[in-house]
Amino acid sequence: MAKLDSKIPSGPLADKWQQHKTQIKLVNPANKRKYEIIVVGAGLAGSSAAATLAELGYRVKSFVFQDSPRRAHSIAAQGGINGTKNYQNDGDSVHRLFYDTLKGGDYRAREANVHRLAEVSANIIDQCAAQGVPFAREYSGHLANRSFGGAQVSRTFYARGQTGQQLLLGAYSALSRMVGQGAVELHPNSEMLDLVIVDGHAKGVIVRDLKTGAITRHSADAVILATGGYGNVFNLSTYARQSNTTAIWRAYKRGACMANPCYTQIHPTCIPVSGDYQSKLTLMSESLRNDGRIWVPKNKADIKKEPSAIAEADRDYYLERIYPSFGNLAPRDVASRAAMRMCDEGRGVGETGLGVYLDFADAIKRLGEPAVRERYGNLFDIYHEITAENAYQAPMRIFPAVHYTMGGLWVDYNLMSNVPGLFVLGEANFSDHGANRLGASALMQGLADGYFVIPYTIGDYLAQQKPSAQSNIDRPEFKQAAESVSAQTQQLLNNPGKEPVSHFHKRLGKIMWEHCGMARTKQGLESALQKIPALREEFVANVKVPGSAETLNQSLEKAGRVADFIDLGELMCRDALTREESCGGHFREEYQYPDGECKRDDEKFGHVAAWEYQGPGQKPLRNIEPLNYEFTKMSVRSYK
Amino acid sequence: MVASTPAKKLFSVTLRVWRQASPAQPGKFVDYPAHNVSPDMSFLELLDVVNDGLTVSNEEPIAFAHDCREGICGTCSCSINGKPHGPGKGVATCQVYMRSFQAGDVIVVEPFRATAFPIIKDLVVERSAFDKIQQAGGFISARTGAAPDANSILVSKAVADLAMDAAACIGCGACVAACKNASAMLFVAAKVSHLGLMPQGQPERDRRVLAMVQTMDEAGFGNCTNQYECSAVCPKTITHDFIARLNRDYVGALFRSKLQPVSASAGGGA
Repeated sequence: MAKLDSKIPSGPLADKWQQHKTQIKLVNPANKRKYEIIVVGAGLAGSSAAATLAELGYRVKSFVFQDSPRRAHSIAAQGGINGTKNYQNDGDSVHRLFYDTLKGGDYRAREANVHRLAEVSANIIDQCAAQGVPFAREYSGHLANRSFGGAQVSRTFYARGQTGQQLLLGAYSALSRMVGQGAVELHPNSEMLDLVIVDGHAKGVIVRDLKTGAITRHSADAVILATGGYGNVFNLSTYARQSNTTAIWRAYKRGACMANPCYTQIHPTCIPVSGDYQSKLTLMSESLRNDGRIWVPKNKADIKKEPSAIAEADRDYYLERIYPSFGNLAPRDVASRAAMRMCDEGRGVGETGLGVYLDFADAIKRLGEPAVRERYGNLFDIYHEITAENAYQAPMRIFPAVHYTMGGLWVDYNLMSNVPGLFVLGEANFSDHGANRLGASALMQGLADGYFVIPYTIGDYLAQQKPSAQSNIDRPEFKQAAESVSAQTQQLLNNPGKEPVSHFHKRLGKIMWEHCGMARTKQGLESALQKIPALREEFVANVKVPGSAETLNQSLEKAGRVADFIDLGELMCRDALTREESCGGHFREEYQYPDGECKRDDEKFGHVAAWEYQGPGQKPLRNIEPLNYEFTKMSVRSYK
Repeated sequence: MVASTPAKKLFSVTLRVWRQASPAQPGKFVDYPAHNVSPDMSFLELLDVVNDGLTVSNEEPIAFAHDCREGICGTCSCSINGKPHGPGKGVATCQVYMRSFQAGDVIVVEPFRATAFPIIKDLVVERSAFDKIQQAGGFISARTGAAPDANSILVSKAVADLAMDAAACIGCGACVAACKNASAMLFVAAKVSHLGLMPQGQPERDRRVLAMVQTMDEAGFGNCTNQYECSAVCPKTITHDFIARLNRDYVGALFRSKLQPVSASAGGGA
């Protein structure tokens, strides 16, 4: 059984991080260069960590499966990043961001982690501004803000609808600077396929060069995974097509615990599915809900009518009706489920009936079309490209889609997993968002972890280790891991199957969306737990992977990733089945209030579930980390 | 609108695709018929479908670069009917939808072509030269933790907006592929302009432009001869005006670098 010590420092909530920083061990500047650190992934968390650790003097190796770190999927985040600057003088504070995030997560995150996140949020804005990130400005030259869901203050900083791009390019520029100086060894086109553990500590990775197929061993004194989320387990999602779970899943199979895998975020404002061939769902930023109003027809009879033909009195602005104090800016999980309820009632719009309107007519009347174009023009353009419809003239149609995963590898307060020396940052870990993440908080967490947390906390671990990585890759542990990676590759390529990988991915996605998506039931999850192992058997028997191991082989890459998704999907269903309550993004139909809101069970489930791998075909072990709320009361979350 | 849309008519096209097994081997065009194409399908989704068909019939699928499929990561990189990122203005290949084509069309698909972008396989090219240019100087040196309060550096809205126009570059390389000189000057100009416009970028402005241009030249990219094919195909419609800004910055920096006195202790540590 894994030992889960959260290592939350004692003392008052607001002092924990400051005190912790002064008490943890340091590595002196001359010794830092003796330590080597592997960073896998180069999104916001990975790039910022690699750059900052190199600035500190550590030797860093950065691995990324994309052809450049600048292409990591953080690039696609649209709306913004939260920071408690209180530049608007509207009552924001560290405590308020802490509270909003904790409540937004439906009281399933750690208090101390969330408070630290809120504390460093302001530093992130400073850091990014200093790097030259072209944030939106007022005419005065000051930074501009917008509002996001789940908050009653305006604390979101943004760069048009491309905030993630600009923040990532900022972190990428910091990383590039250190690569240029020779302080970071950059390995693009390199996919991590195994974690190597020596004497119980993470000491390296096995990597496949995606261009040449070469499988190489890399050793280090510590390994950082910043490899993002696993939403592509649903096949269709807002994730990049290649985002995957492989790095964290292989770490799980080496003993790292997977925490709360069932916590998935379904984003309410995405462009609805159009056909079977579909590979991707496109997000329409949450920022649109600042000015757009969401509605469906009051009467089922109207759903096929042109929206302009539906009189104002016959429209149901259901978010404003049900949640008057937050209105269209209700948190994502709440807004998504409300949309689903409308569609379940038969009031959904569009060809499939799986859509609701997001209407800008009032905003255009109030602000004028040019102002709306300036705020959201690029999003309206994206909508037009995909649907060939003009959202200035008719409302957008939107529907929820998988967008983010709050679950991930379990980490302690230092962001170290239960495997010593293995650190996990950003979306890949589970730590800060509880059961639901608020908008504009993913960018914040990725950069908090990379710029301001890991540079301190990794020193505490390294100070207790002798630098010894150099000679390690000849050890049997490395050899064995590399051989098992090669064996899996050969097995996939030699499989006498008939079906392309994508067929299995689509089928897995359907099972997951149906049974482990927006609403879950005991019966549905039990049936998924029958279907997924059957799908795995079929995959093993019948998947066809053409080509060879020695070149760029995208089918082979995909096959390995989908194999891991199948295993992860099963664990997610198991986690969702065991968690007999509803909280945040995890909605069990059996556990709800009469008005359809989540009914938590704090007594039985006020904890983190951290699953531990027990070997192939074995049931994983469910470890528990109790969530002890010292400073906040777990209360019923209300946005009414 | 959609409620009254008639059922979408499916059609057939032929894809004429560049196939090349490896950098060293010669490539050639191969035709692949595609049927039941929906106008709402993206071009890359059509490639997905064709590839599944190839897999089932025991042929090797077409390798093509893609990732976000929403026009922001800059991974997708092919030319469609001779134009980088295909028909349409201000979009990347992943945002091309089949409604841009007609039944019976022969669609020619090939990789971005430039000496500095060697072909890896089929439609996939190596663009690490762009990363090298960034590493040479495409940054503002701002050590983590040393930043002043964000609002202590005021940036006028006009400057921030213009910097953002330049910063929108996705590093796809279409500008290079479209240019008869395979010039990377729009790419370099975008970064030099973004950082050079911001007050934070001033201390390193001269060093930056000199280092980036030098690295660009070394990587085998050509120079600009003012045809503006680059901005015409740019998926983010970045204007070639930034190239003028780059030239101005470069000439000024070159001039100053010859004149400026250099401290005898430059480079020495404290």
